[in-house]
Amino acid sequence: MTDLSHIRNFAIIAHIDHGKSTLADRMIQMCGGLDDREMKEQVLDSMDIERERGITIKAQTVRLTWQAADGQTYAINLMDTPGHVDFSYEVSRSLAACEGALLVVDASQGVEAQTLANVYLALENDLEIVPVLNKIDLPAAEPERIKEQIEDVIGIDASDALMISAKTGQGVPEVLEALVKRLPPPQGEVDNPPKALLVDSWYDPYLGVITLVRVIDGTFRKGMKMRMMRTEAVHPIDKVGMFTPKLVETESLSAGEMGFIMAGIKSVADTQVGDTLTDDRKPCETPLPGFRPSVPVVWCGLFPVDTSDFETLRDSLAKLRLNDASFEFQMETSAALGFGFRCGFLGLLHMEIIQERLTREFDLDLITTAPSVVYKMHLTNGEYLELHNPADMPDPVLIDSIEEPWVKATIIVPDEYLGPVLKLCTERRGIQLDLTYAGARAMAVYKLPLNEIVFDFYDRLKSISRGYASFDYDMDEYTESDLVKVSILVNNEPVDALAFVAHRTQADFRGRQICERLKDLIPRHMFKIPLQAAIGGRVIARETISAMRKDVTAKCYGGDVSRKRKLLEKQKEGKKKMRQFGKVEIPQSAFIEALRMKEG
Amino acid sequence: MTSSDTTDPTADPDDEGFGLYVHWPWCLSKCPYCDFNSHVIADPDHAAWARAYVRELDTLAAMEAMDPAAPATRRPLTSVFFGGGTPSLMAPGTVAAVLDAAARHWPLADDLEVTLEANPGAVDRARFTALRAAGVGRLSLGVQALDDAALRFLGRRHDAGEALAALDLARAVFPRVSLDLIYARPGQTPDAWAAELDRALGFAPDHLSLYQLTIEKGTAFFAAHRDGAFALPDEDTAADLFDLTRETTAAAGLPAYETSNHARPGAACRHNLVYWRGGDYVGLGPGAHGRLGGVATRTIAAPAGWLAQVAREGHGLQARTPLSPPDRAVELLMMGLRLTEGIHAARFERLSGLPLADALDPAGLATMIDLGFVTRDGPWLRATAEGQTRLDAVLAHIAA
Ligand SMILES: Nc1nc2c(ncn2[C@@H]2O[C@H](COP(=O)(O)OP(=O)(O)OP(=O)(O)O)[C@@H](O)[C@H]2O)c(=O)[nH]1
Ligand SMILES: C[S@@+](CC[C@H](N)C(=O)[O-])C[C@H]1O[C@@H](n2cnc3c(N)ncnc32)[C@H](O)[C@@H]1O
Ligand code: SF4
Ligand SMILES: [Mg+2]
Repeated sequence: MTDLSHIRNFAIIAHIDHGKSTLADRMIQMCGGLDDREMKEQVLDSMDIERERGITIKAQTVRLTWQAADGQTYAINLMDTPGHVDFSYEVSRSLAACEGALLVVDASQGVEAQTLANVYLALENDLEIVPVLNKIDLPAAEPERIKEQIEDVIGIDASDALMISAKTGQGVPEVLEALVKRLPPPQGEVDNPPKALLVDSWYDPYLGVITLVRVIDGTFRKGMKMRMMRTEAVHPIDKVGMFTPKLVETESLSAGEMGFIMAGIKSVADTQVGDTLTDDRKPCETPLPGFRPSVPVVWCGLFPVDTSDFETLRDSLAKLRLNDASFEFQMETSAALGFGFRCGFLGLLHMEIIQERLTREFDLDLITTAPSVVYKMHLTNGEYLELHNPADMPDPVLIDSIEEPWVKATIIVPDEYLGPVLKLCTERRGIQLDLTYAGARAMAVYKLPLNEIVFDFYDRLKSISRGYASFDYDMDEYTESDLVKVSILVNNEPVDALAFVAHRTQADFRGRQICERLKDLIPRHMFKIPLQAAIGGRVIARETISAMRKDVTAKCYGGDVSRKRKLLEKQKEGKKKMRQFGKVEIPQSAFIEALRMKEG
Repeated sequence: MTSSDTTDPTADPDDEGFGLYVHWPWCLSKCPYCDFNSHVIADPDHAAWARAYVRELDTLAAMEAMDPAAPATRRPLTSVFFGGGTPSLMAPGTVAAVLDAAARHWPLADDLEVTLEANPGAVDRARFTALRAAGVGRLSLGVQALDDAALRFLGRRHDAGEALAALDLARAVFPRVSLDLIYARPGQTPDAWAAELDRALGFAPDHLSLYQLTIEKGTAFFAAHRDGAFALPDEDTAADLFDLTRETTAAAGLPAYETSNHARPGAACRHNLVYWRGGDYVGLGPGAHGRLGGVATRTIAAPAGWLAQVAREGHGLQARTPLSPPDRAVELLMMGLRLTEGIHAARFERLSGLPLADALDPAGLATMIDLGFVTRDGPWLRATAEGQTRLDAVLAHIAA
């Protein structure tokens, strides 16, 4: 047990790619958490997907020991957080467990949209913020200018911001010193009844359910009967300990400390993040306020290409949810695609990642349908319903009104790209709330319909600004809107999985675009295929895929037979990957690709 | 349809002939489109190659004779095909030695067809005469194009004039001569091809192999094409070229009897018909494939490796793979539908062990018949002209 005065808890926050995980690497090294042999770049990004994409998806907590200049030894709990907007829920949970935030700003890029968003989260949690300017080894670094920017744009004092390079390690010991000096130690009473915040939980195939906790009061130790106050589940504690970052068992976890508890919990449903843990025999009085639950904002259908994989898909989704409670799924049936699941995600990257994990870790071939937001429908008969799936949209005559969700978006962009960015926002029905300048950069705040940004807004933004614009959003309110369902007919049959909801003013344009895209995405068949977009019975766009004209191997003699036979067998295999819609085979990727807009 | 309408007047659904394929792997240079088992060599050891061919043929013939599935009496050999590579580079003595060895093992059909592939960049009168004397009766000449720029693009060693001189010479020496042309080349318009094809037909050949240029993996063209150095005609143009080819050759009296092969009645390549009708053939030489009584044979492709194994073990076989009835059925479908005559149900069942109907997907077949790509005509299952153009897709629909 470490005395409270010698504990420091903080989260590293920053815009995506500003160097959080690399800074964590240096701190781990300098505190001796891992030796050189065990070290690798962004060592905390342990999932394959994180390493391949070079981004952090899941927050990680590490307990380090720092020998400070004052001669004292401090226990430091560092939480590395993700930078991408989809995972801000991870950031907010981490911040709730800390007293301080280490704000990293890339000294060559400056303040970006997630820098701001994450600082606001830290301020909401009343945390002490220690700003550092990273990547000063880069020739393009301008730490002095960025310091001013931090003061101008964020409005926090950056006068004693440290200049560091997480890559070379320059300035990192000073950061550790600053944390010890400037962050308040945790509050808490070791003698009070045990009380801890459940920050995170996940399922480990060898160890079972692991919970990550921040102890507020008292002590948790092996053998104790632990109660989760909200779910009321009670489990005897098997093990407690911390990650250094290696998993190390300890005798106990006490007030102010962070670490893991394993308690033979079978179901992750018992471990709600934000819950309060206590001693079943000697419970604390009031539970902690917990977290406001995350709400999936983007929904799409996931269907197995091979219908017999439905059960595997169900099991796989359930397994993934053990480690990620922020996505939801419910069974769905589609006339076109059969049985599948309607799944809700925190954003598009989150959706992509879950899909990719299903494909890779569970070897599933999936068809993903168009992402959609949740609409609130008021029917003429007084009923109210929430629409997660455009295919389920009731007949327009039964609809009294529809509300759609809006977001408040912050976009930071160099001046020279502001024009196209504002144009993009206007095209997407945006309403400008604010436009300010800081040096050569502009910050635009817009109200935008979520449905306009869900799909490719971020890609478009990046491409029109050559990657320089950054973007963050928060859910805003629901507002009544003139929305219609656009159906897509392939070979004269409506394909429910391609239907989408659009604002009336955009329906024609989007319908036309999807037909044009499908024309490229669906391979030629032996017959010609009409494609149509329609609102109710009114056709708003049409295209035709002409019939295949030639497909024959020119040369085929004795030696070629075996090879050609295998090709044919492969081709037949490949056909299984296509879903049949009437007589038409649509490739699995077409459902998403059809939406990718080509805009000028 | 009666058998007199089929590709070859001798066609008999009970007999598909029995062939010997001999692979000669050497060329003077490697053409950029070519994925055959062909390699460049300055000076092959002709005596060693002749010995190796004869030795391997002796072994393969002995194996065939011992095979319990083999016919009780030795069937007559109906065709021999020297392919490559550039077999016109073979020493005529090697050709003679192989033919002699074949005659020791099998009775030779009276009308035995002996074909040899020749590259116009490697011919002279003395060589042609010697090859003829060795027993070659049919020459397949790789003219490829009648246009110098196209020949340069195809990386050929000869120009059009040399190709035509070789053609004249060949016709003076061999009773039967066929030409190979590669069309649907980058930028080739239907008009340009029509003119080129007319010129070729003007030489009054009785057999033409007309191949659309295909980009094969592992060739120089593959990388160049991928990197955008040139583009092939698009699907619609390729289809127009294909249709044009069939119409023009048919009007000239050499209708297509197979996807890419055109002949006057009775002048079809009998050896290749063995492949397409599903008959048996012995595969001799490096990388040669054979089919004997439902067993697929394959020899080592690398020339040196093949030579070494033949010297050691008497044969260069790398694999002998028995084919299951469904495998055989798919092969027969793939090969048989390439022929204008189509597939004979009785032959199909005799060779594969499966009734033709069992090898077909009923729904897919119905659709293909509906769309006019396939017809059933008594015992014959046939791809129509429209079906031929899309044969790979048709196969994917009808194969069970
Ligand atoms: N030159 C230089 N590069 C750095 C420095 N710190 C980080 N980087 C590089 O910046 C990139 C992003 O670093 P990460 O540590 O993964 O950034 P992150 O903030 O954790 O990113 P997310 O978790 O995705 O939000 C990597 O390529 C690092 O090597 C630095 O001090 N100097
Ligand atoms: C094995 S080559 C034999 C001919 C001889 N070696 C020569 O090149 O003259 C058989 C024929 O296949 C054709 N061919 C080879 N590769 C081809 C390709 N990639 N596309 C189209 N035809 C091809 C050529 O017409 C060639 O003449
Ligand atoms: S000469 Fe014939 S076999 Fe040799 S590389 Fe050229 S096309 Fe291929
Ligand atoms: Mg990171």
